[in-house]
Amino acid sequence: MNNLTRWQRPELATWQGYGRLTDLRDEIDRLFEMPLAELARTSQVLSGWTPAMDLSEDKDNIYLRAELPGMKREDIEVSLHEGTLSISGERKSQSNHPEAEVHRSERFFGRFQRTVALPTPVSPDKAKAQYKDGVLTVTLPKTEEAKPKQIDVRVS
Amino acid sequence: MTMKTTVQRESHETAECAARQEYVAPEVNIFETKDGYTLEAEMPGVDKSGLEITLEGTEITIVGRRHTEALAGEALFRECPAADYRRVFELDPAIDTGKISAKIEQGILTLTLPKSERVKPRKIAVE
Repeated sequence: MNNLTRWQRPELATWQGYGRLTDLRDEIDRLFEMPLAELARTSQVLSGWTPAMDLSEDKDNIYLRAELPGMKREDIEVSLHEGTLSISGERKSQSNHPEAEVHRSERFFGRFQRTVALPTPVSPDKAKAQYKDGVLTVTLPKTEEAKPKQIDVRVS
Repeated sequence: MTMKTTVQRESHETAECAARQEYVAPEVNIFETKDGYTLEAEMPGVDKSGLEITLEGTEITIVGRRHTEALAGEALFRECPAADYRRVFELDPAIDTGKISAKIEQGILTLTLPKSERVKPRKIAVE
């Protein structure tokens, strides 16, 4: 099973001088992240199917997108448990060609599971999921306490 | 059947495409029965309007353009490729190119390539 290490946002620089270095580190992180994700996908022959995922957030919601082509909506399971989101399911081969000669078999069939730790608490009752064109999109609204709040500063 | 897959052809058009935009090859399953070939290509995020299938001589090119917009908000991590899909296949001459059909459902393109009648085994009646 592939567990994702939680992506940490770079700490806010306290000295202006270190701002540049944080940017450099971000860029290097990105440089490493890209090929590693591709590498993870090519090794799926050994570990099974690991569908690609995107995770993003704004002040109200956390959004997840997963590429799961050729599945039936009822075969996809999305569950939320103690701050982690899991998507899993099984992709069954739809076409039956018993006497056929196989020239290429690159597509993976079978079970998959991916789990991701969410950065902020979300309300599971208000979550929405949509599956279209083989892409699963899940919108998780943040709980009221988790949303960033403006704090008024009063000058006396 | 020689399903030799060439991802790039040496032509100025491909060089232009490569310069403007990169492509990713979709994963495929190809089966052959006595009636024809079936090709399934994985192209999540592509619908009917984003599909372009062109036949040129003995080569068939499938291009899938994704329509999915970038996910809202600030990215925490990103694995989904942003590139469109493209793959080229060399066709078996036994295929009847006039009868090739395609359909796309939940990001899977299914191409049906029937073999021409004259190639199929036939019994010949003896008078």
